[in-house]
Amino acid sequence: MWEYTDKVQQHFLNPQNVGEVENASGAGEVGSLSCGDALKLTFKADSNDIIVEAKFKTFGCASAIASSSVLTEMMIGISVDTASKITNEDIADALGGLPKEKMHCSVMGREALEAAIADYRGLKLPMAEGEIVCECFGVTDLEIIRAVNESNLRSVEEITNFTKAGGGCGKCEDALREILRKAVGKKAEIVSLDPLPKRMTALQKIKKIEEVLEREVRPGLKKDGGDIELIDVDGDFVTVSLRGACISCKKSQTTIKEYVEKKLRELVLDSLIVEEEN
Amino acid sequence: MAKVIDGIVYMDNNATTMVAPEVVDAMLPYLRDLYGNPSSMHTFGGLIGQDVLEARVKIANLIGATPEEIIFTSCGTESDSTAILSALRTFPEKRHIVTTRVEHPAVKSLCENLETLTGHKYRVTRLKVDAEGMIDLAEYEDALREDTAVVSVMWANNETGNIYPIKKMAAMARERGILFHTDAVQAVGKIPFDLKTLDIDFLSFSGHKLHGPKGIGGLYIKRGTRFVPFLTGGHQEHGRRGGTENVASIIGLGKACELAAERMDEENIRIKYLRDKLEEGLLSAVPKSRLNGHKTDRLPNTSNISFEYVEGEAILLHMNQHKICASSGSACTSGSLEPSHVLRAMGVPFTAAHGSIRFSLSSYNCEEEIDYIIEKMPPIIELLREMSPFWKGN
Ligand SMILES: Cc1ncc(COP(=O)(O)O)c(C=O)c1O
Repeated sequence: MWEYTDKVQQHFLNPQNVGEVENASGAGEVGSLSCGDALKLTFKADSNDIIVEAKFKTFGCASAIASSSVLTEMMIGISVDTASKITNEDIADALGGLPKEKMHCSVMGREALEAAIADYRGLKLPMAEGEIVCECFGVTDLEIIRAVNESNLRSVEEITNFTKAGGGCGKCEDALREILRKAVGKKAEIVSLDPLPKRMTALQKIKKIEEVLEREVRPGLKKDGGDIELIDVDGDFVTVSLRGACISCKKSQTTIKEYVEKKLRELVLDSLIVEEEN
Repeated sequence: MAKVIDGIVYMDNNATTMVAPEVVDAMLPYLRDLYGNPSSMHTFGGLIGQDVLEARVKIANLIGATPEEIIFTSCGTESDSTAILSALRTFPEKRHIVTTRVEHPAVKSLCENLETLTGHKYRVTRLKVDAEGMIDLAEYEDALREDTAVVSVMWANNETGNIYPIKKMAAMARERGILFHTDAVQAVGKIPFDLKTLDIDFLSFSGHKLHGPKGIGGLYIKRGTRFVPFLTGGHQEHGRRGGTENVASIIGLGKACELAAERMDEENIRIKYLRDKLEEGLLSAVPKSRLNGHKTDRLPNTSNISFEYVEGEAILLHMNQHKICASSGSACTSGSLEPSHVLRAMGVPFTAAHGSIRFSLSSYNCEEEIDYIIEKMPPIIELLREMSPFWKGN
């Protein structure tokens, strides 16, 4: 059961401004059916740039519907300029708060608002720029960085709660951690809400890694006339050296990341980082 | 504290069931006065041991087993782990497990852990299911290998109610000397069993799915099947499961099995009638709705229906307003709005998977409740569809 505030329930059960504004001044659409939630926001502004009408259509859970509904109420009667300053936190606050796992619903509201305003102003969407990091939900690095900064996110789990990035296949988790690291600056500030890595002594780890290299990795490389040697294991950092045909292979970096690292993460410890000796 | 809500329409019996009043009555003396330890030498405790045995007989009778073939556990999950781990320890040199993609997390997670936590010492083959959630026996046959230690396939699926061809599958495993476990948590009490005629080595069941108490489960271990205990400790259960018996719950489980046996035939006809009425009523009243699961090879109490273009949690919350309790196969938690692994394995399209609702009935449901749901559901779906940007009308 989700703990919803009265305000969320109210907006969910009696949503305000459902529908589409005819001849809208601005329209914004975010999300998709496969994501599990989507929002189409339309509004009309008068000649003084004041929003006189706003409507939404939402596919999603109670928080998504309530966030959309309250957002339309917040928009109506203020200028487009003022509306453009509404943040996802404002939306969540107006609802008396949202469960943390549902914060992405308020983010969706803000993104639709942005898209609609950009449409109104005839601008390109700022968020359309940037690189897609989470392919499952189409979240870009810029969106993530902004969420990290605005909402003071400190873990990958929080990023997922706010932006949905990483909530699908989870493949981009490392990329998210990297973005987080860069955005936050000092590594030490990141509180890990991520599950603690499985405990393993250094010796166990080294043995395991050797075993996997021997059994899973080496045979594959040898087929192509290459080989691999374990140089060092320092914490999660595994240094290897490629031999034989691998040395001159242009794809050696890909081999290390896509093949060796993947195997070691799968079979030994999912936090391992494999590097080539230089 | 939680509170009793008057007038709820409870259609979530695959999640848990109401404890039958007869079961509560049977348990109460053991929570009050009869607190003795069944292992004690004195009469006060020793007599309780007799009652525990009687309960065991009732359970055995329900599933066509003998009392010695039953051990008590703390829940269905423990039974599943106990069975699979015992099989693996029985054949330490065999490293392969066959299961399906639609198992309950109790089996699914265990198998995942057996892969990852052992550095892939164990290999798991997960059988695919078709669009109706059924298994291909030819694929199953191919999956059985020289080094397969155990097969674990659920008797009935908790989300769709689908019933798997366990009899055949168990026989095929037996021919090859492979141990066979079935998670029958959703099936025991709902459909008849006669284990003495089957090649099943282990069968798990759980009290709270058949109007018994929570926190009590059982495992059937076929006579002659080697068994390695999961919980070791005292000599309870003839050394097959340590820990002082949960006496009141065992008595309750016994009573629940007795009631299930008495009611089985009659109730199955009635419950199936209600379920079919509900299903047909909803599928015909709501356009763009579809059944998830097999039309006929299915538990008589379960119906999993997708309402396209709307989201499950939103539906459930509206149903909650009408005091209708059910479940959704799509949980909108944190970033992942993933439909359940069962619906994904069946390849249910996204348009439908997010809006799946599972209704699961019990003998405590009546026809008025079905009529009530058929009346309340269509407007809920309509309301949400009107709000949905994907809904383009019928
Ligand atoms: C098929 C199946 N197996 C196992 C379980 C777990 O049973 P318990 O809750 O007693 O651990 C359930 C209950 O949800 C179930 O439906």
